[in-house]
Amino acid sequence: MTVTSVDKDVDHLTLTLTADFTAPVERVWRLWADPRLLERWWGPPGYPATFEEHDLTPGGEVRYFMTGPEGEKYGGWWRITSVTPPASLEFTDGFSDQDGKPNPEMPTTAVRMTLTERGGGTRMELRSVFDSREQMDRLAEMGMVEGLREAVGQMDGVLAG
Amino acid sequence: MVVDGVTDEAVDRLFHALADATRRDILRRCVRGELSVSRLAAAYPMSFAAVQKHVTVLERAGLVTKQRHGREQLVRTDPDAVGRARQALDELESAWRARVDRMSGLLSDDGTGAGPGPGTGPRADPGPDATTNTKKGQDG
Repeated sequence: MTVTSVDKDVDHLTLTLTADFTAPVERVWRLWADPRLLERWWGPPGYPATFEEHDLTPGGEVRYFMTGPEGEKYGGWWRITSVTPPASLEFTDGFSDQDGKPNPEMPTTAVRMTLTERGGGTRMELRSVFDSREQMDRLAEMGMVEGLREAVGQMDGVLAG
Repeated sequence: MVVDGVTDEAVDRLFHALADATRRDILRRCVRGELSVSRLAAAYPMSFAAVQKHVTVLERAGLVTKQRHGREQLVRTDPDAVGRARQALDELESAWRARVDRMSGLLSDDGTGAGPGPGTGPRADPGPDATTNTKKGQDG
């Protein structure tokens, strides 16, 4: 198991996740620092991400979009708050509107990622905090809707077959 | 599907309600429950009556409720905040677990990480995660 621990704190709207990789710190860091590598793991299967901007410096911006199976696009952005290669990265993670601009109506999370050497491999600790309960509720609501939508899509496939 | 008539009908209504992009968008906008039907109607290039009809479909499917607030009726997507907060964390967790799996897959490819693309690697796909979607998700 790569993920070794997960803690969900509903009161503090926080997810903390620890993962252990056998690869050295430098290689794990590259998965974040090289946009071409980042593209290969950020989006879920069937929704590949394309990073158009990737400036890992304090105050720097990252912009990307994911392309769905029917060509639909979902944009997102990061704003980098702190970066110490290859040990840590902190950023705000949010959604974009159709024009690629940050969408203020959508939830954001504050992400802190740290990498430490551990037994020749790498421990990645990730902490993700929703910026408000209201926004967290909102994301869950969307998840529910999208999940149901997927179910509907699958039913359509079955019915058409 | 062998279900009793009532349930079958409820599922039909739910799926019918969700099978429309405008109605899904209304669900997203009404999470906070502070929009009236007329405020909602202003957001779409369609008539007030058409938006009202969409809201009625959602209401019949149990996806929104309408609450009287002065002279207005405010539309609210189904409440239960604690449950949703937990759900949001669950979704964030599954999104990150899936990402970590993909990172692991890339790291085990070779020194350059230039192996097969997403979904074609030796590992089984964990399946689409909910957050993108979002971010999606979230990815969102």
